[in-house]
Amino acid sequence: MPRRAPVADWARDFDVLAPEYVDEPFGIWEALRATCPIAHTDRRGSNWLPTRYDDVTAIAHDIEHFSSRKIAVIPLEGAEPDDPLLPYGLPPISADPPLHTWTRRLLLPWFSHRRVEGYEQLTRDLCTGLIAGFIDQGRADAAAGYAQQIPVRVIAHILGVPADLSDTFTGWVRDTLEFADDPERRRRGSDALISYFSAEADRRQAIPGDDLLSELLHAEVDGVPIERSIALGAAALVLIAGIDTTWSAIGSSLWHLATHEEDRRRLVAEPQLMALAVEELLRAYSPVTMARVVTEDIEYEGCPMKAGDKVLMNFPAANRDPEVFESADRVILDRAHNRHVAFGSGIHRCAGSNLARMELRIALEEWLAAIPEFRLADGGDVTWAGGQVRGPRTLPLVFS
Amino acid sequence: MKIRVDAAKCQGHARCYGLVPELFDVDDYGLSSVIGDGTVPVELEERAKLAIANCPEYAIEEIAG
Repeated sequence: MPRRAPVADWARDFDVLAPEYVDEPFGIWEALRATCPIAHTDRRGSNWLPTRYDDVTAIAHDIEHFSSRKIAVIPLEGAEPDDPLLPYGLPPISADPPLHTWTRRLLLPWFSHRRVEGYEQLTRDLCTGLIAGFIDQGRADAAAGYAQQIPVRVIAHILGVPADLSDTFTGWVRDTLEFADDPERRRRGSDALISYFSAEADRRQAIPGDDLLSELLHAEVDGVPIERSIALGAAALVLIAGIDTTWSAIGSSLWHLATHEEDRRRLVAEPQLMALAVEELLRAYSPVTMARVVTEDIEYEGCPMKAGDKVLMNFPAANRDPEVFESADRVILDRAHNRHVAFGSGIHRCAGSNLARMELRIALEEWLAAIPEFRLADGGDVTWAGGQVRGPRTLPLVFS
Repeated sequence: MKIRVDAAKCQGHARCYGLVPELFDVDDYGLSSVIGDGTVPVELEERAKLAIANCPEYAIEEIAG
């Protein structure tokens, strides 16, 4: 099956990179839930795609049959990116227990509520500075000129790498995640990222700072220093996972508010709704899909899954399952019952979820305070990226 | 009303803490726990129910007081 052939049968031959799916997957999920709630494809290997909340969360919790060793939604040609520099991949996200457990404990305190509060002013200053740069023009690309610029700089601060390299970091991460059918570009992006961290690690090995990368390099577990490749993998993970994801959530939220005047006016008039609105926007526009690899032949809900098959953990579709969420396809800013799994479910719950939430909240607060009235630019093209992370990549807005 | 957090189920989504910080605490690793013995003051009962209904891991439960 050629990889870019149009999809005629979503149940048996889905393609998460099909343009119609990247642009608007919601109707496709709805149809699949009703007819074939776990779809299959042989494009890019044998992959399963659950669309119901209960299946996605059950699979996420069954770590014995569904391993996190292969998490890429779109694998590199022929194989996963098993870099010799990173034999463990990007732990803890690409690890099962016990490696997962202790590497996760190294990262979590950096993203605790207390620490995240400490990054709040930096984030707010970033947002107001960006807005000041374009507000007089009456228009902006809210994806490239705003959303994309925020998380990368906060993450750079946490890792202790220069914020003025932000565009370079963003380029590497996009190469790695977004250009799914261009293996050369993906390889180039991940190589550049890993060699950068390797050089930074050399520097910190000698003179440690008070940043996350330094702490990882000097971390000990049970009195034994951790392997350098694990420290490098975890640092690379923080950069990769902390950039594309939150930026996509900020962009999707601004897209929603630009296209739903009633919600925008309500959020401006009732700023106390922000905390609930952030959860609702995360539910409705969950950016992240992660993969699992099947560890042994298993029949799940009638699906004959083979060892080595992948399951695409469709958290975004789970969050629009009408069995769990009333009027699931409608954004209700003050939705009271919202057990969403935008940050995953089970032991791999996004380690940076507190940070992501804070960044999304501040980005929306500052935007709405400065620019309460805005809409899509006439004739401006909104483009979306999809696959592992879904969100707008160009979002031309006008607000004069 | 009295509630508890099942530490074996909690994965650190922190939704409870976000909704009712008066009732929950979260440690540096994201693990939630109830403040005190979990007794919910009458005026916080509605919000405690919200915390129960928003936990993605079904980790909060009402227990016999």
